[in-house]
Amino acid sequence: MTPALLHRLIIAVSDDVIAHADELTALDQAVGDGDHGVNMKRGFEAVRVDAQATAEKPLPEALKAIGTQLVMKVGGASGPLYGTLFLALSKEIALDASNLPTAFGKAVEAVKARGKSQPGQKTMLDVLTPVQAALAEGGAGLPARLPIVAANAAEATISMLATRGRASFLGERSIGHMDPGARSSALMVASVCRVLED
Amino acid sequence: MVRQMVGDSVNLAYTGGDPGGGLGTGVASIRDAIDRAWSEAGVAILVDLGGAETNSEMAVEMLEAERRGRVVVCNAPIVEGAVMAATEASGGSTLEAVRRTAEELSPQ
Repeated sequence: MTPALLHRLIIAVSDDVIAHADELTALDQAVGDGDHGVNMKRGFEAVRVDAQATAEKPLPEALKAIGTQLVMKVGGASGPLYGTLFLALSKEIALDASNLPTAFGKAVEAVKARGKSQPGQKTMLDVLTPVQAALAEGGAGLPARLPIVAANAAEATISMLATRGRASFLGERSIGHMDPGARSSALMVASVCRVLED
Repeated sequence: MVRQMVGDSVNLAYTGGDPGGGLGTGVASIRDAIDRAWSEAGVAILVDLGGAETNSEMAVEMLEAERRGRVVVCNAPIVEGAVMAATEASGGSTLEAVRRTAEELSPQ
């Protein structure tokens, strides 16, 4: 991975999260405490400021820098959860990202452990898990297919009953709303794939 | 309320607010609070909702190896748990005993 590509990835993910902050907040107001957009925006603004320096690091170091920024700046539950995703990925990923499916799988496991959660509980895991499965399956045209997998998976959280996180307090009333963490995960998958497709 | 029970015999620190100053918690401020409450006996952390627990667990994992084993997050209500934990700690109990006492309040 060249510094130029890594830089484009960081900017694309940051810009997309920042641009969708209001939407994420609106989703979180429906089922949670309404801070997801603001929190993620703060975290990715910090990531964006460091983008140039981060992009010049080897990939594992760059992911570690991003994960650390998210842990320190995002707050809420999403800070440690997204931070864990990036930090675990930084520990597993090869310099050339050739082991991405395996490394991403381990990172998703780390998020499960951090959140004491499993897929099906209306969380970011309901997007990360099918994305990981598609990634592991491989095949042609992944950058074109993964955003669709992610978007459909986020849509599928609408009918789910939340049993983890703040939304679980709503019980049945959590049904009918998309999970904000699922949405932000799908956004980030789409950003990465868009850059890789270019 | 903790001070009423134990005076200054037990280190006490509290923190709240996300990194932007809003409602919530942050890993950095929790780490600072652990430092302020630190003694060789360790630190028992009491939390309220969701992110406070996740952020606390993250903060503990980010401590140096020799301190990490001496910080626990108690599964207990924050106010009652803090009073019970501090009272137990003021008698010189171990961290494990402090945690057990705080957690006696939680449904098993």
